[in-house]
Amino acid sequence: MSANTNILVVGIGGQGVMTATEILAEAAIALGYDAKKTEVAGMAQRGGVVSSHLRFGDKVLSPQITPGTADVLLGFEAAEGLRWRHMLRPDGIALMNTARLVPPVVELGLFDYPEDPIADMRKSGTRVVAFDATTIALGLGDVRLGNTVMLGAIGDHLPFPAEVLLEGVLKRFQRKGEKVVEQNRRAFEAGRAAAKGA
Amino acid sequence: MAAVMPAPASSRLLMSGNEAVARAVWESGVKVAAAYPGTPATEMLEVISTYPDLYAEWSVNEKVSLEVAIGAAYAGSRSFCCMKHVGMNVASDALMTLTLTGVMGGLVIAVADDVGLSSSQNEQDSRYWGRFAHLPVLEPADSQEAYDMTRFGYVLSEKFQVPVILRMTTRINHVKGLVTVGEREAPGAAGFKKDPARWVMTPAGASKRIPLMFERDKALRQMAEASELNRLEAGADRRVGFIASGPAYMHVREAFPNAPVLKLGFSCPVPVEKARQLAALADQVVVVEEVEPLVEMELKAAGIEVLGKDILPRSGELSPQILKPAIARLLGEPVPETTVAPPMQVFPRPPTMCVACPHLGVYYTLSQVKNLTIAGDIGCYTLGAGHPWNALDTCISMGASMGVALGLDKGRGEADKDKRILAVIGDSTFMHMGMQGLLDIVYNKGNVTVLLLDNRAVGMTGGQNNPGNGYDIHDNEAPRIDFVKLVESLGVKTERIHKVDPYQLPVLFKTIREEVKVPEVSVIITDQPCVLTKAYHKLKPYEVAEDKCTGCGNCIEVGCPAIHVTRRGKEVKASGREVDLAFVRIESSVCTGCGLCLQPCAPKAIQHHEPVSPIKLVKAVEEVAQ
Ligand SMILES: Cc1ncc(C[n+]2csc(CCOP(=O)(O)OP(=O)(O)O)c2C)c(N)n1
Repeated sequence: MSANTNILVVGIGGQGVMTATEILAEAAIALGYDAKKTEVAGMAQRGGVVSSHLRFGDKVLSPQITPGTADVLLGFEAAEGLRWRHMLRPDGIALMNTARLVPPVVELGLFDYPEDPIADMRKSGTRVVAFDATTIALGLGDVRLGNTVMLGAIGDHLPFPAEVLLEGVLKRFQRKGEKVVEQNRRAFEAGRAAAKGA
Repeated sequence: MAAVMPAPASSRLLMSGNEAVARAVWESGVKVAAAYPGTPATEMLEVISTYPDLYAEWSVNEKVSLEVAIGAAYAGSRSFCCMKHVGMNVASDALMTLTLTGVMGGLVIAVADDVGLSSSQNEQDSRYWGRFAHLPVLEPADSQEAYDMTRFGYVLSEKFQVPVILRMTTRINHVKGLVTVGEREAPGAAGFKKDPARWVMTPAGASKRIPLMFERDKALRQMAEASELNRLEAGADRRVGFIASGPAYMHVREAFPNAPVLKLGFSCPVPVEKARQLAALADQVVVVEEVEPLVEMELKAAGIEVLGKDILPRSGELSPQILKPAIARLLGEPVPETTVAPPMQVFPRPPTMCVACPHLGVYYTLSQVKNLTIAGDIGCYTLGAGHPWNALDTCISMGASMGVALGLDKGRGEADKDKRILAVIGDSTFMHMGMQGLLDIVYNKGNVTVLLLDNRAVGMTGGQNNPGNGYDIHDNEAPRIDFVKLVESLGVKTERIHKVDPYQLPVLFKTIREEVKVPEVSVIITDQPCVLTKAYHKLKPYEVAEDKCTGCGNCIEVGCPAIHVTRRGKEVKASGREVDLAFVRIESSVCTGCGLCLQPCAPKAIQHHEPVSPIKLVKAVEEVAQ
């Protein structure tokens, strides 16, 4: 069973974490893998923590990733990477958006947001590639491209070619016309480059 | 939801347990499906409503939804009803007698247990209902099984004329996996056949049905013993054999691939003889079930030696990482050392109210009024118990704010004699189970101020329509309840009923302050829509004029997640008291201009945000470059 690939996608409610995981799952299925996707999402819609588990391989039994066995951690928010890094296997990799989303409990002065969560992850021994998906998306003309940038980032860290994932991503935008498809293609490639560059 | 074209038979689809059940319901030719929303069950009916050729409805509560399904099943049609675990508590009055009448058309009741309490007020094991009501229980372990067992459920239901419980958990409802779907069948409705001895449960009639129920129990037990859904899987490592159902089965298979396992799918009545067979071929047997030791106790009562909750946790989800060390300890083996780094301590991220949520104004106001005891209820507004408002003192079950408030009033001790008692309840919760409580307050002359937060949606579960917003499950127009008239007809005096815009803080404040002083029941209805629904219209966003912000922090007390602190400081007041300062900014890209934060801002530092057009930005950059 160890042949399963375990991908953990984390962020906060409303960021599109679950949709991103679903697109990854569909790509795996298109290649004939068995796959299961599950969330730990307390009231996710309300800005809470979301961690979405994707497991695929010949046959997937338990849908949950056991701590210490995730191959890739795709983080949509900086501090969430820190919260979930223990899920990675020792030689796993974290692909982190550097975006910081500070919750009201921090603004109220009840808790502190870590100064540099990415640095903390590295200090704790996690292999991290960090990039600013929001700025990349803005550079391409639309913040909403951020999620495609994130998916692009994981493109070269999968046991199958990034093109399979790209195809799945673009299929989602087909109905919106050629221009949107093209924008997303560029966003995906920008994410790929970002995750390679560091 | 709008109708869609169902995928063709034999398609292999990535489906959640909820989607798989919905597909099976449609394929089974169900004519009537009814439910009240509740996580993690909500999507079953949402998806069912997108299929053609059936009737689907949001009912006002679970009891009504079950009764609608019962009526359809009496009429000879196949029917379906689903709910979250606590929903069955509400529906159980109907359930406990339904078991005596049985059904004509097949009836499957899907109950979703929130194991691990991801979004519920308690954790409970719905498999008990199978024992309590003498009904068969099916327990899927993944989406494919959720689909298969729903299909089988209708066959079983009609064979024994018995309602069938499909017991799901969050890890089934919300996990997506591959499902191969099939063809739709369309059984015709047999028609309602008058038969008072069968359908009219009087003491005389009901007592005659009880022996029949016991006969049915026996037949069901035989069927469970023979059923392929209860499968004995051989295994070479016979030191421990496992009995498992639902998601726990997957965890067992993952953790112990070589162990013999009795996989329970048709888990009530428990197939005792199959368990005996497993016990005979393994050194020890461990029952792995979420969450109560139900199968374990029944097997122990049958004289089979098994272990279970003596070595496994009694609440919460199970997983391979919980099972492995427990079994290692049982076998006296070294417990696998975990090489995993412990989780880092990171600030919590409790769910927040949305930007511009109309509840924000209510809770900000409540946090500013002194001397209140606030009986709360269940919905997004339960978050008012948290920071920064701390303005909700009880939450127990849907509709309970009414009765609890009356009890707080009537039961007050000397120390509370000047306390003002409030009840806060949402529109959907009020219609679900709050109306009767309000009637009780009126009838018994309670001194309670009720805040009815009408955001025209079932917000907590995703903004479903309800009788308060005038739309049905398909977004078609439906009769819309008038809360003022409703409350009036329950006996609240006209002058004690106020409709208030929750974004108008001074009006809200004044109304609450005045009504809590009146020693009789008042109802204050807020009337702005949930921001996640179509009825909500965004307004021009705001921003903070940096030079004007004095750092007083008043706006933060509103609790809107669009307000962020840019820097902190300290100030020594004339009195010599030192106060903390927090200078803020508004994330204008998410602000929708509700204007709540403006109102407590003393220096008037919050103003409309003037977005800079990208063209201007480019020009500015060019100018700098020159
Ligand atoms: C018996 C029962 N059924 C369903 C639920 C799930 N549930 C929690 S709150 C809620 C309704 C909330 O709607 P409303 O009262 O209108 O408040 P809002 O969330 O819109 O503020 C539901 C359906 C529950 N907790 N208990």
